[in-house]
Amino acid sequence: MIEATIPVKHKVGLHARPASLFVQTAAKFSSNIKVKNLTMNGNFVDAKSIIMVLTLGVMKDHEVVIQTDGVDADAALDALRALINNNFGEP
Amino acid sequence: MAEKNFMGIPASDGIAVGKVFCYIPVKLDVPVCAAGTVNEEMARFLEARDRARIELQGLYDIIEKRAGKAEASIFEAHQEMLSDPALAGKVQEYVEIGQTAEQALVKATEELASMLASMDEEIFAARALDVKDVGRRILRIMLGLPDTALAAVVETSIIVADDLTPSDTASLDPKLTLGFITAQGGLTSHSAILARTLGLPAIVGMGEDLLANVSNGTFIVMDGRTGTMIVDPETETVNQYQQVKAQRELHLQVLKAAAEKDAHTANGRRVEVAANIGEVSSAHDAVEHGAEGIGLLRTEFLYLEDTQPPSEEKQYKIYREIFEVMGTRPVIVRTLDIGGDKPPYYMPFPEEMNPFLGWRAIRISLDEPDMFKVQLRAILRAAVGHQVRIMFPMVSDLDELRRARAIVEEVKRDLTLALVEFATDVPVGIMVETPAAAMLVDILAEASDFFSLGTNDLTQYTMAVDRGNAKVSGLFQPLHPAVLRLIRQTIVSAHSKEKWVGMCGELAGMAKAIPILLGFGLDEFSMSARAIPEAKDLIGKLTDEKAREIAEHAMSLGTAAEIENYMKEILASL
Repeated sequence: MIEATIPVKHKVGLHARPASLFVQTAAKFSSNIKVKNLTMNGNFVDAKSIIMVLTLGVMKDHEVVIQTDGVDADAALDALRALINNNFGEP
Repeated sequence: MAEKNFMGIPASDGIAVGKVFCYIPVKLDVPVCAAGTVNEEMARFLEARDRARIELQGLYDIIEKRAGKAEASIFEAHQEMLSDPALAGKVQEYVEIGQTAEQALVKATEELASMLASMDEEIFAARALDVKDVGRRILRIMLGLPDTALAAVVETSIIVADDLTPSDTASLDPKLTLGFITAQGGLTSHSAILARTLGLPAIVGMGEDLLANVSNGTFIVMDGRTGTMIVDPETETVNQYQQVKAQRELHLQVLKAAAEKDAHTANGRRVEVAANIGEVSSAHDAVEHGAEGIGLLRTEFLYLEDTQPPSEEKQYKIYREIFEVMGTRPVIVRTLDIGGDKPPYYMPFPEEMNPFLGWRAIRISLDEPDMFKVQLRAILRAAVGHQVRIMFPMVSDLDELRRARAIVEEVKRDLTLALVEFATDVPVGIMVETPAAAMLVDILAEASDFFSLGTNDLTQYTMAVDRGNAKVSGLFQPLHPAVLRLIRQTIVSAHSKEKWVGMCGELAGMAKAIPILLGFGLDEFSMSARAIPEAKDLIGKLTDEKAREIAEHAMSLGTAAEIENYMKEILASL
């Protein structure tokens, strides 16, 4: 199992389009993927569930911890990190 | 069977004869019975979920075709929630402890929705409604009930409902709708305004009688002029109404043909009659009804329909399309006018005690200059070769106006330096919709090339009344002497500074107001396209002198009711 802590810079946080893209990306991998909102100090939730990801209440400048576990754990973590660091494809 | 008459509040003119489609969000009862095996129950859940996905895809396709991708995207979000592993997981948990799929689904949906609903941030909490909506759809399918949402209307019908929310009306096919009748609601409710825009008859505030006396397929006559609904009408009644309807349509056609000419008062003063629009397709409608320009192009639709602010290119393309439809006719583009009552997805709004007195319109644009500049660049670029004007909403102070104009100048400099083609001669004006602006017109004239009165907000702010609040909405009187005094003062002050004044509020299209406004010297009347033919006809019947007399007498009266009565007499005498 590997994990990474990443700040979310997008102005709506993990909501609307960014939340959809995050869940869609996670769903491409077979690994177990969990995410939690470090800033709000909540629990880990299933990163493939849009509803659970919304319940994290991740706003702009919150930090999230992503944990991946499984055969494609590295690729999954890289993809999610890239998505957040590229600001979900927005300038 | 004898026919029965019912009365409501007339909300939109016109007559409709046809069958009722009752829009009743049915209460779904979960049957109490023994559960099958876990596999059997889960199979029923999964089968219903698959059918829900097909329904949502169908709704997406219909709405995308009718209103575009952005309007339809809500159904995409619902599909995502439908496939959410957390939903299936929770259903499975409850099924495993011996519950039926229906019971498990209700519990799972409630649990997930309440997790969202309890969140502090409104934008997250609001998604609880979507979870509930999705859960309800699956449950409805499991119970074998049809989709009774308005998108399910398949033959031309008169829509009858307790009330209609904006999302209800969004899912409605205007081609299949003969008219609306609602038990609740007032003249300014969403469905009433929509009906007037679409030119459909509407009656609101019919009360409990309504749903107790009609059901799906009931044959009725409705008259939006008087607020009358006739259930099970006699053949003779139907014939009478059909005749009135035919005469009225003929009359409107004659007026429409006459409306192609520019408007003049009876003594030949040129008055501009324009249309208010909020999307590309209504520009065609405006031209067809004789609009001599667009007095108000609302741009909110560009901002509310997506999960991110519209790009400069997207805005440029849409503005360009509208300007091209209008050709050489003038178009006034109002910059973004949003607030906390209807925030876009991507803008976290602070919770406000009173969004109408809060962070909205020009106040947001000045605080978010990057977003504002994108809009200004798109307008200035698209304006090349057309007569375009820019208008700022909700200005209440000269400093605000100066700052907004400075940003326009900055954008022009940037475009010049970047060698991008843009229109250099675009006049910039403001909406007069706060009492502060109305009082300051002579001062604001320093930096405003024109003024346009927004009467809905001006009335709301002057009378200190929330028109959505039924307890006080009676005070929402655009013909109130206080509001009329502010309107007159605005026109007189602007003219003394040689600036022209238009009006783009609902009042500009109302027969009972037009003679008074004409008497005040209003230069431009902008209204919903369908009101144009009758407005032009009325303006053509009045001389400026007669209008001044009417205005003067109206201003001597003490209450809105007295003014309304006086105007009824005047209109009957013309």
